[in-house]
This record gives sequence, structure tokens and C-alpha cells, in this order.
Amino acid sequence: MVNLSVKESIAKSEPPSPGEHEDWRRFFSFSTDHKVIGIQYIVTSFFFFLVGGIFAMVIRGELMTPEADLVDRTVYNAMFTLHGTVMLFLWTFPVLVGLANYLVPIMIGAQDMAFPRLNAVAFWMVPVFGVVLMASFLVPGGPAQAGWWSYPPVSTQNPAGVLVSGQFLWLLAIALSGVSSIMGGVNFVTTILRMRAPGMTFFRMPIFVWTVLSAQMLQLFGLPALTAAVIMQMFDLTVGTSFFDPAKGGDPVLFQHLFWFYSHPAVYVIILPIFGIFSEIFPVYARKPLFGYKVVAISSLMIVGLSAFVWVHHMFASGTPGWMRMLFMFSTMLISVPTGIKVFAWVGTIWGGKLRLTSAMLFGLGGLIMFVFSGITGIMLAAVPVDIHVNNTYFVVGHFHYVIYGATVMGIYAAIYHWFPKMTGRMYNEGLGKLHFALTFIGANLNFFPMHPLGLAGMPRRVAEYAPEFAFWNVVASIGAFLLGMSTLPFLVNMIGSWIQGEKAPKNPWRAIGVEWLLSSPPVHHDNFKELPVFLAEPYGYGKSEPLVANPDTLEVTRELN
Amino acid sequence: MNSTEVDPLLTAPAAPSHAPAAEAHPDHRMFGFIVFLLSESVVFLSFFAGYIVYKTTTPNWLPVGVTGLDVREPAINTVVLVSSSFVIYIAERYLHDKNLWGFRIFWLLTMAMGIYFLYGQAVEWSGLPFGFTDGVFGGAFYLLTGFHGLHVMTGVLLQLIMLGRSFIPGNYDHSEYGTAATSLFWHFVDVIWIILFVLIYIWQ
Ligand code: HEM
Ligand SMILES: [Cu+2]
Repeated sequence: MVNLSVKESIAKSEPPSPGEHEDWRRFFSFSTDHKVIGIQYIVTSFFFFLVGGIFAMVIRGELMTPEADLVDRTVYNAMFTLHGTVMLFLWTFPVLVGLANYLVPIMIGAQDMAFPRLNAVAFWMVPVFGVVLMASFLVPGGPAQAGWWSYPPVSTQNPAGVLVSGQFLWLLAIALSGVSSIMGGVNFVTTILRMRAPGMTFFRMPIFVWTVLSAQMLQLFGLPALTAAVIMQMFDLTVGTSFFDPAKGGDPVLFQHLFWFYSHPAVYVIILPIFGIFSEIFPVYARKPLFGYKVVAISSLMIVGLSAFVWVHHMFASGTPGWMRMLFMFSTMLISVPTGIKVFAWVGTIWGGKLRLTSAMLFGLGGLIMFVFSGITGIMLAAVPVDIHVNNTYFVVGHFHYVIYGATVMGIYAAIYHWFPKMTGRMYNEGLGKLHFALTFIGANLNFFPMHPLGLAGMPRRVAEYAPEFAFWNVVASIGAFLLGMSTLPFLVNMIGSWIQGEKAPKNPWRAIGVEWLLSSPPVHHDNFKELPVFLAEPYGYGKSEPLVANPDTLEVTRELN
Repeated sequence: MNSTEVDPLLTAPAAPSHAPAAEAHPDHRMFGFIVFLLSESVVFLSFFAGYIVYKTTTPNWLPVGVTGLDVREPAINTVVLVSSSFVIYIAERYLHDKNLWGFRIFWLLTMAMGIYFLYGQAVEWSGLPFGFTDGVFGGAFYLLTGFHGLHVMTGVLLQLIMLGRSFIPGNYDHSEYGTAATSLFWHFVDVIWIILFVLIYIWQ
């Protein structure tokens, strides 16, 4: 290995490709540059976002009318199963890993991730398990139909009676995704704990780095539980063991415990980096330091600790004993405290700031508003009496779509707009960005707000057919969904068009404080820095005149010099 | 970390002025490997938790006709595996003192003990009156011992690779990461087995 790293640097000392006519082919190669891998992750997962979006269009198309008239019921089941699975495992997780991949090493002043080749392998597994999952359309019986929870005994029925069934491929894809995420987790945790530049103490790390660290720690202790559950279910499905088969003495609720032991923390794997993005973006466009930086940093770790003890709130209605319900109701309410602290910090940051409403800031603000709403419905769900009433209804679907579309997808868009000039060296078009924001914000609220009254009135989730009195809100929701589908068009036009012929981006178009903004746009070389930055101050020094690093002018061989 | 100050892109290809390479790229592999093992242990923890739940709640725990597991042979196996953890430590000490033959002999002994363990397990499996699909007990038994056995096998394979590498001149002069990680993995597999042995064989 040591020998290899010497070889690597020798290879790198070939004449650099000039940053200007960047070789687009490297994005299709087994590159070990974290910046290339980051963009590979983002683009690949956006493709799957569109795929999952098409599934969603089918679902909402079916729900336009109370009758099950658009697609076959088995197709409908496959659609909501794959929609959830693709959106989580092929869009949200990988796109966030992509952003982290691009940003974290630069933000902590490292040349690359700790294990560049492991990083590349982890990325290339994403298209692989994506293909495995999509291949389930081709097997007898079609794709998995048991929902993204994949609860037995529904998931282990295997009506087509074949070995390689849709459920089999689903389990395989999830297991592969798990391996890829564990590789990523090991890499991120090692990088952040071991590769910080001189002066980059823990309390000088940008919040985004804190939240990525927290999220990846969650992956490392949560994912193995899901892997264990997947292995056991795989045996039940293929060789006929009886781990989860009640008829033969098995325990289907054990699957639920293992599943949620991971999948609750998984929602924090998703939202923590979004908290990080909010914390990066608000100070820039409000020109104020992040309010309560240290508290925000620590509250991420509190969330990590607490989130190992809340999973049963997804199982209040699974025959859970009373003492357990009380315990987990309490812990769930407790975990909203560090979350609430962060919301206060962001409001405190924005308050009285000189706001610049760029597309990134609009998405940030919109995401924050929707997050607050989903937090309120979350607390409602955490109360056992409410949850017993609305579990498995559209109220839950409304709650988590406000989080995962409202806060998460909008936060991801905010990040993409904010760092687009850095990643591509081009400016995006603000007009299209704002149109994109308007369509997204209106579409998301039209789509997901109606789910709350529907759920309270008792409409169950995962049905293709419903009582006629639910029709009004469902039509509204479907219109919102189609609007959301359309909202990706201006985004795509903007991103592709700007990348090809957008205005050239300067080093620091937003006058932001952060080491990534001291590098050229885009950073030219595989190694991020010519000389490692020496950090002097906390991040977010807006309105203070302290330098962030001691050596801003020697960080990089600039393009001009080359 | 500081020796990256010289940009390899600016220096002529002939002179990548990397002082000791190990310093330019500090070795984080052991740290990463420990993080990985911590994560991997949660898979076992999940299986153990599952086992405890099954054991305490399943009405007809043992399949019909099965009265329990024989402890004697597995106990011998346990002693062999646990002792091999000390043997591998001795091997590492020899390597540290640059005594390659001492290293190889004790390293090989560790491998032999690992293989003996796998053999003992295979013998036990082939003599059992129940299979993988015989109730939750059968499933849990083979899942746990099988998953652990897979790790033992991985450990032996890693040991084989490290043994082979000891014949490359100078391979272990700069870094003993390979053997150190393999040995750590071996201790890990060992500790898992002790828990497993207590759960499955002692607590019947
Ligand atoms: C204030 C914090 C939050 C609280 C108190 C909370 C509470 C809950 C509760 C009690 C449920 C279970 C409802 C049921 O199934 O009956 C639930 C479901 C869910 N929550 Fe949250 N939540 C919070 C934040 C979040 C965040 C930040 C995310 C994701 C980024 C999230 C994603 C989800 C998802 C995906 C589900 C449903 C999973 C499914 O059933 O398919 N929640 N939430
Ligand atoms: Cu939860």
C-alpha cells in the first residue's frame, strides 16, 4: 500500500490536463478523485430520482380516481414498493454521500478521502445494485410488492414460486447497498477523524462536516442490523427456514425490530446532512455567523446517541407492550429537543440578517419551513394515542414526505445550487432556479398537505382504491404531484445548459467564508491543495474580520500560473 | 501530512520529492479497519439478540427428537480457537523482532488451529440430527455457527496471504499493517465465538 501511494503520486505528476477543457470522460472512469466521485454520485442518483419519480407519477395517476382503474393491483404494489426503495437507497442516500464526498475532504483541508480506491468501489456498487433492483421487472412475478418495509409474512410469500423472484432481487439490492454504505461510512469516519488539516480542531469544523460524521456513524451501527434481517429473510424466502414465519414458530415482529433499528436512524442519516446544508447556507445569504455554532455541532451527536433508542415508535401498533410504548414515546419526544435547538439556531441566524434570496437561499428557507411542519406532525405521531389512530394512514405518508421531499429534497437542491459554481466552474441561471423553486414549493405543498386530512379521516396507505369521499383531496394531491414532476424540467435545463455554456464562475461568487471558496472553480487537481491550509478560526466568521486560514494565497497552484 | 507541500504537479516527473512515503500518506488503514470491525460486530449483535428472543419466546424450542447439543467436542474446539489467539500474538512478536522464521512457524500454527476448528465444526454439523430448516432452533443454530465459521475461514485465508507475503523480501519492513489487521480480526472472531459458545452450548 505504501509503495502504491508513491506510484500514485508519480502517476499524478504527468502533465496535468488543463482545467479548462476538462476531460468529461473521467466522469465515466474508475476515478479515485473524491471530487469526480462526488459528482458521479450526484448525477447517478439524480437519474434514479427521475426513475423513482416516474413510479410516483404512476401511483398518483392511479389515485386520481377512487377506482383501481389505471394499473393492475400487483403493478400498483410494485410501484409503491420500488418508489420508496429507489427514492431512499438510490436517490437520497447516494446523493447525500455524493455531496459529502465532494465537500468534506476540502472543508477539513484534506487532499482526498482516506481510502480513495475504496471510495470508488463504493460508488460503482450504486449502479450495480440499481440494475439488480430494476432487473426485477424482468423476472416472473415482477418486482417486490411488500413495500419498502418488506415485512414478513407478506414479503416471504413468493407467489410465482421461482428462486430469483422480485423479492429476492430486492433483498440482494438492499444487501449490496448496505455493503457500499458501510464502505462509505468507514471512509468518511476515518477521513474526518484522522485527516483534518493543521488547526482544524473539532470546533472549527463546518457543521456540514459534523453532520456527515454523525450520519455516517449512524450508518455504521445501524446498517448491520438491517443486513442481519435481510440475510435471515433471504433464507426464509429461498431455503425455507422459519425465522420470521409464525406458522413454524418464527417471529415476524423480530424482523420489524431489526428493520426499524436501522431504518429509524436511517431517517437521521438523511436529515442530518440536510441540517448541515442549512447551517452552511443560511450564514452565507444572511451574512451572519451561525447562531450557537457549538450547540448546533453537539446536538448532532446527541441525535446520534438518542436515535438508537426510538425505533419502536414505528411499531406502536405491532402488539407492542404498554411499557415499551411509553418508553419509546418518551425517547421520541426527547429526540425532538436537539432538533428543535437547531431550528432555533437557524431562525436566529436568519433573523435580522441581510437576506439575499438566491435560488439556494430560497430552497433553504422553503426546506426549513416544511421541516418545521413535519416536525409538528412528527411529535403528534410520537404520541401513542394519536399514532394508534393514524398509523398506516396517509397521515404518516404526509409526515414523512414533508421531511423527505420538503426538507430533504429542497435542501439537496439548495446545496446543488450553492455549490454548482464550485463544482462546474459555471454560474447557473437564477431565473430558471427561481421558477424551479416556485414549482417545487407549490407542488410539494399541494401534493403532501392533503395527505394529512386524508389520514385523519382514515384513508389507509398503500391502497389503489379508496372510498369516494376521499376523492377531492386525492385529486389535489395528484395535481401537486404532476407539478412536482414538471418542476424537474427547468432544473435539468438549467443544470445541463449552465454546465455547458453558463457564465464562468469566479472563485467565490457568493462572498462566502469557507476553505472551498479559496480554491479555483472548479479545483484543478486531484490533490486539493498545494499547501495544506492552516486553520485559524471557527467557520462562519461573517461580520468579523478574522482570517479563516493563515495561508490563503498558497493553497493552490492557480490556473493562471499553470 | 506536511510533506505534501511540494506539489507533485509542479515538480518534474523524475523527482516526486516525497520524503518518506509513509509520512506523506499517513497510514489510516488500521483505524479504518477497527471502525469496520465495530460495525461488523453489530451484525453479530443482531443475530445474538435474535437468538435470545427466540430462545426465550419460542414454545417448542428444540425440534422433535432433539434433546440438546453435545458440549464436549465444541468445548475442545473452543479451547483450540481461544489458544490460537495467543499463538498468533507470539507470531506477531517474532515478526516485530524481525525473526521471520519464528513468525512463520507460529503463524502457521495459528492457521492449523483455525483449520482444526473448522474441521471440528464440520464433523459436528454432519453428525447433528436436525437441519437448517428444522424450526427456529435449527435455523438459528446453523445461521450463527455458519456465519461465524465463514469469518474463521476468511481469517485463515487472510493468514495465508500474509504468510505468502512474508516471502517477499522486505515486505514487512515498513508496515506490519497486514499482519496486525489479520491478527485483530482473529481476536475478533475469537471473542464472537466465546459469546456464541455461551449462548448456544452453555445456555441450553
Ligand atoms: C421531530 C422529529 C420527528 C418525530 C417526532 C417523528 C416521529 C415519527 C413517528 C412516531 C413515526 C411513525 C408513524 C407510524 O408509522 O405510525 C414516523 C414515521 C416516519 N418518519 Fe418521522 N419523525 C420525526 C422526524 C422525521 C425525520 C427527520 C424524517 C426523515 C428524514 C422522518 C421520516 C419518517 C418516515 C420515513 C416515516 C415513515 C416510515 C414508514 O412508515 O414508511 N421523520 N415519524
Ligand atoms: Cu422513526
